[in-house]
Amino acid sequence: MNQAEKEQYLREYALLKNEGKPFFPYAVAKDAIMAMIVMAVIMLLSLMFGAELGPAVNPTTTTYVPRPDWYFFFLFELLRVMRNAPKMTDLATLGVPTLCMVGLFLLPLYDRSPERLITRRPVALAAGIATIVCIAYLTYSGAVVGSPNQLVLPVPAGLTKAQKATFLAGEIIVGESGCEGCHEIGTYGNNGPGPLLTHIGSILRPGGIASTLKNPTAPMPSFAGLAKSSPKKFDELVQFLSMLHYNSSSWTG
Amino acid sequence: MAIIGSRGRPAAPVPPAQSDELTRPEAATEASLTVVNWIDERAQLSQGLRWMMFRKVPKGINWAYTLGSATMFAFLNQAVTGVFLAMYYRPSVTGGAYESIRNINDNVFLGQFVHGMHKWGASVMIVLIFLHMGRVFFFGAYKYPRELSWIIGVVLLILTMAMGFTGYLLPFDQRSYWATIVGVNINGTAPFLGPYISDFLRGGPEFGATTLSRFYAIHMMLIPGLMAALIGLHLYLVMKLGISAPPWIKAQEPDVAIEKVEV
Ligand code: HEC
Ligand code: HEM
Repeated sequence: MNQAEKEQYLREYALLKNEGKPFFPYAVAKDAIMAMIVMAVIMLLSLMFGAELGPAVNPTTTTYVPRPDWYFFFLFELLRVMRNAPKMTDLATLGVPTLCMVGLFLLPLYDRSPERLITRRPVALAAGIATIVCIAYLTYSGAVVGSPNQLVLPVPAGLTKAQKATFLAGEIIVGESGCEGCHEIGTYGNNGPGPLLTHIGSILRPGGIASTLKNPTAPMPSFAGLAKSSPKKFDELVQFLSMLHYNSSSWTG
Repeated sequence: MAIIGSRGRPAAPVPPAQSDELTRPEAATEASLTVVNWIDERAQLSQGLRWMMFRKVPKGINWAYTLGSATMFAFLNQAVTGVFLAMYYRPSVTGGAYESIRNINDNVFLGQFVHGMHKWGASVMIVLIFLHMGRVFFFGAYKYPRELSWIIGVVLLILTMAMGFTGYLLPFDQRSYWATIVGVNINGTAPFLGPYISDFLRGGPEFGATTLSRFYAIHMMLIPGLMAALIGLHLYLVMKLGISAPPWIKAQEPDVAIEKVEV
């Protein structure tokens, strides 16, 4: 907006204001009604859904589902989606959100046209609608991924009895530990943000798997606590992962 | 005292008639007026208050314009319910953060209700702040001269999200604990400042006992203080600059009127 446009706006605004109504009581009345609706909705939600607590924190057992509150779903989903673009994870996690935030922050500095009517601002209209659709879609798909706790894989052929017991124990530990919140194993779990674990046994040696679990790269949480508090469980987990050599054709579901 | 004279303004209160014998209600009115006058003589608030209440809002203001104040009410709800929760909450990993929330839910009178209002109030506030931002965006209300209101608004948005994030850990159940670990880790992957912010949040390289008290201090003192100050600034700007009119509203007889203004 140049100086003339600014003055023009201020003039027009002064007129509109002059033709308007006093803040009290006209605007205050609407605000008060809205405030009462807001309070009523909050109380109703509280009465209907309460504030449940899950089980107490226990850094050593691993029955958890790493899920944030719903309004962070879109961030987590973004992470998942972006993972498929290779080498993008770092950018996607906070890089893309940071860029979006900077874009939002500076909006009035780069959008300086004097036009305010949205129907005459096609770029802003498109960008606004695209943003809403993206966030709604990501929030929705973040909401429906469900809590991943189940894992039943076909037991690989040729295991000894002890190995088979470890395999079955490992399935449970993985299910309990929420790995499937970030990893896909066969037909179970989410495709990202972590890599596919279906054939992790062919990629990493047990030692490599163990050190990944203890010192993972973010955003994967560290399972060093588990290794300390219950080394047997940790060991079974590592053994189990190193038995995963499936290729996609060996899946029956 | 300055009187903002304009059409449609409610009449100024008439001072009570002076007489030697005052009835009880009159005496009470008299006394309270004296107190108000005494304060006003020193603080000189009434002028500003009148200006604030009786300033005009432009033609065409509609319900979408209530979203900002609705966000503010949701914030106030968080502040009030938060104070009551803080009376019973203990931010201690070993000393029972979890147990203290259990206690609020199970034993404290209306505890679960207030806890629920705080929890759901957070969601409501997030919804409202996005709706408010959407209103401002689609109405082009961030344009000259209201750019600064927008920029402060974005900071408020970030702080509101940060409140949600830091608050999520406090009940200290399994879900909140692990989700927060993941969240802090994600944050650590951010460019440049990410690792530093993560270390600051955790209170060190490891997620430990100091982390909870840190989240608690950030959640109930640092961010709310910042937000209250910024909301004050935001509202000051709204009043100073005036609320924008809906962009499709046009002033009547602009030519004649502009001439008048320019004289
Ligand atoms: C919050 C999400 C998340 C959770 C929960 C999670 N991971 Fe990961 N994991 C990741 C990400 C992201 C990577 C990729 C890190 C990298 O590439 O350096 C990863 C990497 C790995 C790797 C190395 C893979 C490779 O190909 O190098 C293994 C093994 C692994 N995770 C196993 C597990 C196991 C077992 C669990 C559960 C006990 C688990 N993860 C839980 C996100 C997660
Ligand atoms: C805690 C959060 C917030 C509170 C309490 C708040 C409060 C308010 C209030 C009461 C108004 C008056 C007009 C109206 O209600 O629409 C307003 C206007 C405004 N707000 Fe906010 N707001 C918040 C967040 C935001 C955010 C996130 C943005 C944008 C990024 C924003 C940008 C603006 C702008 C530009 C105006 C001026 C609009 C106009 O004059 O029409 N605010 N705000």
